[in-house]
Amino acid sequence: MVLETRALSMHFGGVVAVDRVDFSLRENELRCLIGPNGAGKSTFFKCLSAQLRPTAGDVVIRDFNVTESETHQVARMGVGIKTQVPNVFDGLDVEENIWLSASQSTSIKRARVITSEVIERLQLGSVRKAQLGALAHGQRQLVELGMVLAGEPWLVILDEPTAGMTQDEVVRTAEIIQEINKSATMIVVEHDMQFIRMIAQKVTVFHQGRILIEGDMDEVSSDERVREVYLGHRRPQ
Amino acid sequence: MKRSQETNALILIGIIGLVTLFGVPLTLDLYSVISLTTAVSLAILALSLGLIWGFGGILCFGQTVFFGIGGYAYAIAALNLGGSAVAIIVAVLVAAAAAVFLGYFMFYGRLSDVYLAVITLTVTLILYSVIRRTSGPEYKIGIAKIGGFNGINVPPINYPWDVNKFLYPEDFFYVAMVALLVTYFFCVWLTKTHFGRVSESIRENEVRTELLGYDVRIYKLCMFTIGGAIAGLAGTMFANSIGRITPDVFNLYNAALTIIWVIIGGRGTLIGPVLGALIFFYITSLLGQQNVVNINLFLGLVLIIFVLVVPKGIVPSLVQIWVRRRSRRLTAHSARRMRRRGRSRVTEVAVEE
Repeated sequence: MVLETRALSMHFGGVVAVDRVDFSLRENELRCLIGPNGAGKSTFFKCLSAQLRPTAGDVVIRDFNVTESETHQVARMGVGIKTQVPNVFDGLDVEENIWLSASQSTSIKRARVITSEVIERLQLGSVRKAQLGALAHGQRQLVELGMVLAGEPWLVILDEPTAGMTQDEVVRTAEIIQEINKSATMIVVEHDMQFIRMIAQKVTVFHQGRILIEGDMDEVSSDERVREVYLGHRRPQ
Repeated sequence: MKRSQETNALILIGIIGLVTLFGVPLTLDLYSVISLTTAVSLAILALSLGLIWGFGGILCFGQTVFFGIGGYAYAIAALNLGGSAVAIIVAVLVAAAAAVFLGYFMFYGRLSDVYLAVITLTVTLILYSVIRRTSGPEYKIGIAKIGGFNGINVPPINYPWDVNKFLYPEDFFYVAMVALLVTYFFCVWLTKTHFGRVSESIRENEVRTELLGYDVRIYKLCMFTIGGAIAGLAGTMFANSIGRITPDVFNLYNAALTIIWVIIGGRGTLIGPVLGALIFFYITSLLGQQNVVNINLFLGLVLIIFVLVVPKGIVPSLVQIWVRRRSRRLTAHSARRMRRRGRSRVTEVAVEE
């Protein structure tokens, strides 16, 4: 088991955002987390990356309990994390953004090699020296994906990687994600159903802080409860 | 700025620094050299804040804490140990230790920027009022009386190899100026290292830096400590240049002044804060010679104008203007070339016809 949560709960005051979730992820899986707004996906995500300390329950990554860990400790285990809003260094250029990620876990020399590789792989060569603050939203997302890649992670968790991207960029991102998946286990939190169809193997649906259903895409999309939650369909009485 | 241009700028700064170092004592009168020594010590203080604020994103409103502690530690150590060189080292270490102590609680307690500013300011004000109350003869460390608001008289600085041979004030200028140059280039080097780059990324986005696996707390603490040590060094230079250290170094005016130097000179550069301090010192001493306008009123006005008109500060704005001009000149140049080429093609066509 690469990642596991045991009865994970997160309360904000009286609000229960995540409610006793048992979740597990096998080696080399590419798991999508979906669910309507307020289902608790992002809170769950933040508990996994130790950005939030859960109210109860445990997060276990590779037999290591990270519930009490700091974010950087989780990242240092080899977990690549991308948050929902592009979290990049706006004042620095593309190359430096990626280099800072690469150089965390390896020597400066090797970091330079990795940086060039990643830039080539994501076709960011033309904006190599551009400041992040001056780039379009989709490109910034791509750079952040590059930063995740540059850390050479074995577990990658992405929160809405395609938010604000054009159709072309979404397709490219889907390809990149599938490529990353060859060497790493992944969790992708997403809204965009089309995108999920492109990449999904197994889907977990969140609803009101709990896991509603888990299965492959066809299974999930044909499920009555999922339709109800997503589209507000009421079952004919 | 491109890397080669940056190197040129650094070489220029180095040359100007060396010219100042050797030229000033030869050309200026004693009084000017002494007051310039004070200005140089303040410039080192400005540099320390410019480093941690501009390159570490740490807004320390009480950088004077370490400046004052450095000055006091120097005076006390010099009186007790009887030698200056060791006292300077002791003072820098004490200031750094104070920064570690204060920084540990602030960074490991994950205080936000605003609280950090408030706490550092409060600490400097606490030191100000505590040390002012130490007038009695019972307040002493070794043989050094703390002296309350009168402060401590600093013994003249001696040569490291001979405790009985003292430096003249004009000789001390060399020491202060060398200290400024060395710390300046140390800071430049530091910002180029991996540590410096990571610190800068923390300034840009703390969450992202953490998500990359960097322990932000230790980086900030190290940066803060280096800043504290440099401010402490500045304090020893200051104490030596005016021959006395008083609790006034901890007051609100000086705490705010340090911030103002950095704002006016330009945050995000290292030479900016240095120039800011020097220019401000010069204006203040010019205005001190007349009685027409109130100095503080004028300085306040200068600050307001700067924040409104040149919010980035002097140096970044000058660089921006220079870069823009250059790129305009380059585009004009290439446009001319294009036109010329176009014209020659026209003539070629005409010839063919």
